Amino acid sequence: MTEPLLQARELVQEFTVRGQGGVRGGLVQAVSGVSLDIFPGETLSVVGETGSGKSTLARSIMHAPPPKSGDVVFQGTSLTSLHGTALRDARRSMQMIFQDPYTSLDPLWSVARIVGEPLVAAGMRDRGKRRQRVSELLEQVGLDMAVHGHRRARELSGGQCQRVAIARALAASPALIIADEAVSSLDVLVQAQVLNLLEGLRTSLGLSYLFIAHDLALVKQVSDRVAVMYLGRLCETGPADEVYAHPRHPYTVELLDAVPRVEQAELGKRSAGDLPTAGQTASPVNPPSGCRFRTRCPRAQAKCAAETPVLGAAPGSGQRHLVACHFPVPAGEPATVSGTGGAGAAADASQ
Amino acid sequence: MTAPAAAPKAAPVLEVRDLSVRFRPRGGNLVHAVSGLSYTVAAGRTVAIIGESGSGKTASSRAIMGLLPRSAQVSGSVLLSGTELIGLSPRALRRHRGRDVAMIFQDPARSLNPTMKVGPQIAEAIRAHKKVSRAAARERVIELFKLVRLSAPEQRYDEYPHQFSGGMRQRVMIAMALSCSPKLLIADEATTALDVTTQAQIMRLLAELQAQLGMAILMISHDLGLAASYADEVVVMYAGRTVERASVRELFGNVRMPYTSALLGAVPRLDRAAHTPLPVVPGRPPDLSAEVAGCPFAPRCPRAADKCAERRPAFDEHKPGHWYACWYPLPDGPQTAEAGLANTGPSAAGGAR
Repeated sequence: MTEPLLQARELVQEFTVRGQGGVRGGLVQAVSGVSLDIFPGETLSVVGETGSGKSTLARSIMHAPPPKSGDVVFQGTSLTSLHGTALRDARRSMQMIFQDPYTSLDPLWSVARIVGEPLVAAGMRDRGKRRQRVSELLEQVGLDMAVHGHRRARELSGGQCQRVAIARALAASPALIIADEAVSSLDVLVQAQVLNLLEGLRTSLGLSYLFIAHDLALVKQVSDRVAVMYLGRLCETGPADEVYAHPRHPYTVELLDAVPRVEQAELGKRSAGDLPTAGQTASPVNPPSGCRFRTRCPRAQAKCAAETPVLGAAPGSGQRHLVACHFPVPAGEPATVSGTGGAGAAADASQ
Repeated sequence: MTAPAAAPKAAPVLEVRDLSVRFRPRGGNLVHAVSGLSYTVAAGRTVAIIGESGSGKTASSRAIMGLLPRSAQVSGSVLLSGTELIGLSPRALRRHRGRDVAMIFQDPARSLNPTMKVGPQIAEAIRAHKKVSRAAARERVIELFKLVRLSAPEQRYDEYPHQFSGGMRQRVMIAMALSCSPKLLIADEATTALDVTTQAQIMRLLAELQAQLGMAILMISHDLGLAASYADEVVVMYAGRTVERASVRELFGNVRMPYTSALLGAVPRLDRAAHTPLPVVPGRPPDLSAEVAGCPFAPRCPRAADKCAERRPAFDEHKPGHWYACWYPLPDGPQTAEAGLANTGPSAAGGAR
């Protein structure tokens, strides 16, 4: 097998927080021992809800800021031992598209200047050429140099801002693009355009992607492999086809079940079913013992609180399909098992 | 096939007729944000207004609530249980807002006062509309918290917004919206900012509350998938105009307008194979400050002919309960989601029966 483009090993990222009114605080265990590989030309999607640590994982890989422990090897270079200029050089071909486009664009700079900056950094001195390239890049992301080139971020819609950020990332001719919810804020038609654009670039430039998303449906079309994350740990990872068709972790099942369906058979109002009570969500400051998902899991048993499940080959599934669960959903069971999860959860629910 | 969408027996809770909203930016041309929008919402029913950003869906809902800036020119008619809302004085309007019609917004964090405990904020809203004691208002809030299924409601009453998760904050907003038992609830992208799992919970909660309380829901969203799962009827807007309107079953089974078909084709789906290009339409929505003579979608439409650019197709009821505006609609009958763009070709031939 080819060398991975990127290897992340046992990444741990923690932040200290100030407690209420005082200095004594907790430790947010944002990412707890996550390992993953990305191969050249491959798209890996990391999926999880808000607070699952997926964005922190992406930033830890970028070393912005560096992880507390663990190692990242990118294009054969270990980033962990590098600092300053050496680190910047090593990760030049790793570009990121951020979640909030407004805060990631300089409010005083014109769109053309924002997109042109990586070109300046790359040594493209000729103004005319640069302008031409910027114009192409803007065109690629569905913007028009003549209309948008001179605008500032505040004069753009959120979607347009995001496209500028994508153009900027593409300007650096990267090998790996980390897209943190990059298309979540776009309208469906634009979303489709951008996903197709990213797909096209993947094949034409041999790009690899790390997609960060909260919606499994959104990344279905682009993913080769999927990793599902919950409260800082990976629950399940494997080839996309397998994970979507035969999810083994109860959390993956819950995520799949939450996706709105447009298939004819599923139309009309969802039956309310048993509505879960919104209780205290498990916190990364004080994560549940053992399996972190157990407080929401409909399959949880005593063992789940006592022992932390490790990511291992899922019995009955392919070798590359790994799941961290003591009681995985049997292979071959349809993706929508009954109970939306959470129903039997939250001990504090008085229901 | 059942077609319950046509003519509800009871008088509609909301009747919007020929609603138009125009803005004149300083030194700019008149922007036609909404042009000739008409629809009705009956009690106990959910109507989804679907459109991309800039399609006028939010401007139209703000017009109903009287929340547009004063510079906006609003014309047409909005009847709420028979009362005309357009042209009412701000004072008169305020009596309806909150009591008869309530709204929940996309960002629950920004809709709550961060320095005030959550419970008293809702109690305040109740006391603004009803003469009740503080204690009675508190009772009512706790009752509402139970209704929206917040755990430990008594304890939650005295907590601050930052102690709530996004989904819980949205439940609080729903509780506040329901505090005066509105006849109409407008949910403007209410679940867009939430995780899919939380979104599913909130939508299911709204559906259950609707069944329980019988209110009408106007759902404003960009997500056709969400409408497929949770609405009764869908109104599709493009460039400030309605382009198609039908019951969910009719629309998804029998889409006629190419724009709707394009939207449907772009919905993220779990049954799509990896690395297959998504069907896309090129281009962008038109500039709303320029008057367009023909169909606003014509420049992007794969089926467009000369006629489309010259004359605007009328928005007519071509079949009971199914309105659309198109000169060259897709063939009648079921189609695959992708067919709308491949169109004219053999893939769209399944219809007729």
